[in-house]
Amino acid sequence: MSTTEQEMGKALDAGGHHDHHEIPWIRQYIFATDHKMIAKQFMFVSLFFLVVGGALAGMMRWQLGFPSQPMPGGMILPDAMMAPTPNGAIMLPEFYNSLVTMHGTIMIFFAIMPLLVGLFGNLLIPLQIGAEDMAFPRLNMVSFWLAVPAGILMLASFGVEGGAAGAGWTSYAPLSTSGEWTGVYLGQQLWLASLTILGFSSLVGSVNYISTVINMRAPGMTWFRMPLATWSLFVTAVLILLAIPILAGALIMLLFDQTIGTGFFRPEVGGEPLLWQHLFWFFGHPEVYILILPAMGITSEVLANRARKPIFGYHSMVLAIVGIGFLGWIVWGHHMFQSGMNPLLGTSFMISTMAIAVPSAIKVFNWLATLWKADIHLDVPMLHALAFVSMFIIGGLSGIFMANTPVDIYIHDTYFIVAHIHYVLFGGSLFAIFAGITFWFPKMFGRMMNEPLGKVHFVLTLIFYNLVFFPMHNLGLRGMMRRIYDFTQYEFLAPLQPMNQFITVFAFLLIATQVLFVINFFWSIFKGEKASENPWDSNTLEWTVPSPPPHGNFAEMPMVYRGPYEYSSPESDTDFLPQTTPPGGGSSGVPEPTPTPEGVEA
Amino acid sequence: MTPTTADRAPMAGMKVYNLKLGMWVFLLSEVMFFTGLIGAYIILRFAHPEAFAEPGVVLNVPLTAFNTFVLICSSVTMVKAFAAIEQGDQQGLQKWLLATILLGAFFVGVQIVEYTILTGEGFVPMAESYHAIARGAAEGSAVIGGPLYGATFYTMTGFHGAHVSIGVLCLCFTWWRARKGAYTAGSLGGVEIMGLYWHFVDLVWILLFTIVYLI
Repeated sequence: MSTTEQEMGKALDAGGHHDHHEIPWIRQYIFATDHKMIAKQFMFVSLFFLVVGGALAGMMRWQLGFPSQPMPGGMILPDAMMAPTPNGAIMLPEFYNSLVTMHGTIMIFFAIMPLLVGLFGNLLIPLQIGAEDMAFPRLNMVSFWLAVPAGILMLASFGVEGGAAGAGWTSYAPLSTSGEWTGVYLGQQLWLASLTILGFSSLVGSVNYISTVINMRAPGMTWFRMPLATWSLFVTAVLILLAIPILAGALIMLLFDQTIGTGFFRPEVGGEPLLWQHLFWFFGHPEVYILILPAMGITSEVLANRARKPIFGYHSMVLAIVGIGFLGWIVWGHHMFQSGMNPLLGTSFMISTMAIAVPSAIKVFNWLATLWKADIHLDVPMLHALAFVSMFIIGGLSGIFMANTPVDIYIHDTYFIVAHIHYVLFGGSLFAIFAGITFWFPKMFGRMMNEPLGKVHFVLTLIFYNLVFFPMHNLGLRGMMRRIYDFTQYEFLAPLQPMNQFITVFAFLLIATQVLFVINFFWSIFKGEKASENPWDSNTLEWTVPSPPPHGNFAEMPMVYRGPYEYSSPESDTDFLPQTTPPGGGSSGVPEPTPTPEGVEA
Repeated sequence: MTPTTADRAPMAGMKVYNLKLGMWVFLLSEVMFFTGLIGAYIILRFAHPEAFAEPGVVLNVPLTAFNTFVLICSSVTMVKAFAAIEQGDQQGLQKWLLATILLGAFFVGVQIVEYTILTGEGFVPMAESYHAIARGAAEGSAVIGGPLYGATFYTMTGFHGAHVSIGVLCLCFTWWRARKGAYTAGSLGGVEIMGLYWHFVDLVWILLFTIVYLI
């Protein structure tokens, strides 16, 4: 442990300058302004939504594996969702539409996005840049407490007349403009209202993240000394800031079409359904990168740390993040190749889409080079990070297939797309979330997660996950369309039933495996082994403060002297060099006189 | 202002205090919001030129031009308010803030009158009941434009009007704080960010007025 850490420990023992024990209970746990508590609030709420989204997926898989057969336990659901028969309840097609829509919506907007941005953005940004909190702590609280009513509205829509929204998570017009087509009236409006509120929550959060990163960095924390997780969260916040308002405008126009009867997207009164697709995907494609960039940042942290090597090509990593963030704005048309588009425009979207493969590949090769000849520690966060890299490669490659306009004609709206999105969002984002939660768990709760249980969970999840989603490529290539209620009605798809049954069985096993994570998570909060300040021997600033850090984080302003990934440096006696170690401070050699960190003005 | 986290001196960051930086960042997203609305309008108008009318046929351009002038004046009074507190002039701050509030409220008032007249002439956002006639034409004259005209008009000007209304409420809050002496020459962040928002709303209106009324 370096001298800086010891000094900090002493300062904290003395109580520091923050009177954290004077905060009333309700301000500490419910209407909290402390970024670490808000991070935990986002984590618990979005893990709950992850379970809800998983349950919806499970019901869909039942219908696909055993089309129109009574669903076990289906009798407890109301008649609006299930048709009761003497043998049990059979799922209604309208309910299947709602399941498709709500699974996508909940997973994207209420699980993955708040986990990556709400949890890790709040937890990591102030700690990694050496700030005592966010730039606007009260605004941060508002951000969380806007997300909660949005979630309640979304869940409540299941209980209203006509059921929850059923026009898909993309809510294409004119399907979504009127209940005439889907049978869903109020549910669709609640969906729109909920997402508008959630969008405002994300917006408020991103204003906070951007201001914090720009203005709250500790002395010496220059832009190119920032950890990659913070870099990726910063670029993500910029994407949210600029993309969400476009979605909000489109959602409100669609809401007007449904409620007061405007005709923006209604062709029968002269509106333009294609305009919805353009607005939605102009938001929607940056959204895809909102869901993957933080995952890449988390993976970079874990890989470098657990490989005990500096991340390969730090600057190119940063530039790749920024490059992906920029290119994400000019590719939205690749979702609309089959919507009626000038072929020349299609080609330009194809080229810009393929250009994204360049920064993505830079990242992948940098990760591989980081692992090359490294001292790899295969503990649970590292396993999940390695899974992220491998699964992201598969998901990225299938993305190249779809970016080709001629190939896309064939695979558009098939299960190939479903396979791709799950390789990126589950294989990518969710494995990175597991990596992140297990890696920063000691910092959040002061205890380690159980290692053997974590490994069992990892291995089973990886195997079952691939058995569920890899065959979906095949289903897609054989013509099975996405969002279909009963594919066996088509003669050419009926032979796919065994494969669908196979997928369904492993989907249930995949869901069941997650119980291990839930058990590990809650058991470790209370009973896990006590964690030290820096259990992973990491360099970044969050590991220089106690686990969990006190209110105000740093007892005294940290000084930053070096980059975040100086592992196995010859300068150091140990194999790591915290960012707060002054030049020469890591070795037993003579320390340099009066170090002046870059970026600090006298 | 009380010293909070938000007012802490910048370290490695920019030489701008947090509140001001945050307002600029927030305004960027506002730019995107109006870009979305204006972009949708441009697409719809190019796709359906027949659904829109020539300038001044349905909309009352002179009235709104006057209202635009009022809003620009309110930006001037906002600048005067900020200039006053920069000199430590509490009376001037309160006076000019009040003038800004009155001008802003007047703008919203004129907009409400305009909406009332227009809806009376059949210029409504609802597609099924749209039957706008030319200004001053007799009842039952030929319908001008189509439903998209009404829908885009009310959405764009309505969202702007909502921004002005929220701005007026925030101005009232700023004025109330100013009366309690919350701002000084050395601590005027609240007035400055209020001004940033207000000028932004003004600027957006100049664009919207040009696009919706004049082109």
